Amino acid sequence: MATGTEPQQNSGGVRTGTRAAIAAPHLRTDRWWLAPAVTAAGLFAFVVYSTWRAFSNAHYYAAPYVSPFYSPCLAQNCRTMHAGPNADLFGSWWGISPAIIILIFPLGFRLTCYYYRKAYYRSFWASPPACAVAEPHQKYTGETRFPLILQNVHRYFFYFALLVAGVLTYDTVLSFRDTHYRWGHMGLGTLVFLVNIVLIWAYTISCHSCRHIVGGKLKHFSKHPVRYKAWQFVGRLNTRHMQLAWASLLSVALADFYVYLVASGVFDDPRFF
Amino acid sequence: MSSYEARFKVWRGDVEGGGLQDFTVEVHDGEVVLDIIHRLQATQTPDLAVRWNCKAGKCGSCSAEINGRPRLMCMTRMSVFTREETITVTPLRTFPVIRDLVTDVGFNYQKAREVPAFVPPAGLGPGQYRMMQEDVDRSQEFRKCIECFLCQDTCHVVRDHEENKTAFAGPRFLMRVAELDMHPLDAAAESGLDRGRSAQDDHGLGYCNITKCCTEVCPEGIRITDNALIPMKERAVDRKYDPLVWLGSKIRRRTT
Repeated sequence: MATGTEPQQNSGGVRTGTRAAIAAPHLRTDRWWLAPAVTAAGLFAFVVYSTWRAFSNAHYYAAPYVSPFYSPCLAQNCRTMHAGPNADLFGSWWGISPAIIILIFPLGFRLTCYYYRKAYYRSFWASPPACAVAEPHQKYTGETRFPLILQNVHRYFFYFALLVAGVLTYDTVLSFRDTHYRWGHMGLGTLVFLVNIVLIWAYTISCHSCRHIVGGKLKHFSKHPVRYKAWQFVGRLNTRHMQLAWASLLSVALADFYVYLVASGVFDDPRFF
Repeated sequence: MSSYEARFKVWRGDVEGGGLQDFTVEVHDGEVVLDIIHRLQATQTPDLAVRWNCKAGKCGSCSAEINGRPRLMCMTRMSVFTREETITVTPLRTFPVIRDLVTDVGFNYQKAREVPAFVPPAGLGPGQYRMMQEDVDRSQEFRKCIECFLCQDTCHVVRDHEENKTAFAGPRFLMRVAELDMHPLDAAAESGLDRGRSAQDDHGLGYCNITKCCTEVCPEGIRITDNALIPMKERAVDRKYDPLVWLGSKIRRRTT
């Protein structure tokens, strides 16, 4: 029998009295910290970038491209975009960047998304940091209480996300114009917008709430063959939800950055035709 | 066939105390961790307690933590470790230890009893059940469960918070609720049992923060989080947090 191994005090968690007396909070030998560290770094980088861009209120339109962070633009202080996503719903009293109005919706969608919840619970809140690695909190109530019980509103953010994706699709169509708003042209920015909108839709449609709404809530698929097919399609996308979450996060930042570079005069949009 | 000497640390003890004991033991090609534990029993420590049965990953008996990760000993090949690595084997750390690698998993049986059983549909006798394959696919995935309780062991809700064991059924039994709620012939709703609401109110679904460790450790590859827990969360939202669904159900009830 090993020595020096008195029964543990009732200190909670894996060191609770009746469990095997092991002092270490975990015995994992692999690099379990890598995934949460990379996730935290990636999310932190996006938050810093998007905060800067959202509050900068500049360089978000370079005809025919409008930054996805500023679309639709709902205040009077928006730049006029020819046939673009302007809708002066908030009038002149809105003094700060109009991006703040619209970014609340995609932000809420991603914040309550089942994948991102896993990502930030693990990487920022260490709840748990990795599987079978003890979390540092004394108490845990999960999503049973305020504020985390509000995660249940995810499906409403999904509905808004559909609207926002619709507007971004419109912006992508507008990108098939040239700088003089003539149709039938395409530049590098059009390609960036196309990739972005495909990824945005794929991420939005692959959402777990969408999967539930299109068919997951049914008890008898055999009575609803169309919804069953839709559920299967969304289910296949849903298996890639994490990858789509990251790809669309990156693509939306890249699309915005592209508009920023063109609008601020760093380079001219290369035109294909 | 080649062999080598591996270094092992195996937890020995009981509820009174214990610790990691060092062993050096012979390993042959193609062996799994359970083989090595058996060799230790046969050659060095005959009183080492270990629970096992099928050695084929189907009985769910030999669950343990290997290098800190919840795994089946019979399905963990020695070839996944380097020869220089010291391999640590401990009992499941979420349940009370009985002796050495054997734990008391009675918590799970208690939780199993708390889930109301399948409610047979009225008017159908044995042999008269007819179901379409697409209607039972979802429930059948969950029937692959071998009850190894690795998901229960790794779930931080009870692993790190003993006090939550009263309120939280754990992923295995929330999946059981999902299996029954998705069963095409389960007549629980007709008998007044709302499994979606019950998952939230009686089995602690709200404690789950969908960090997916249950899915990561499942030796059967069941997508517990995506296919059982999240759909149940969405069904709970239907019942409790969605005013549109609530309004729709009221209108439908009035018109039918």
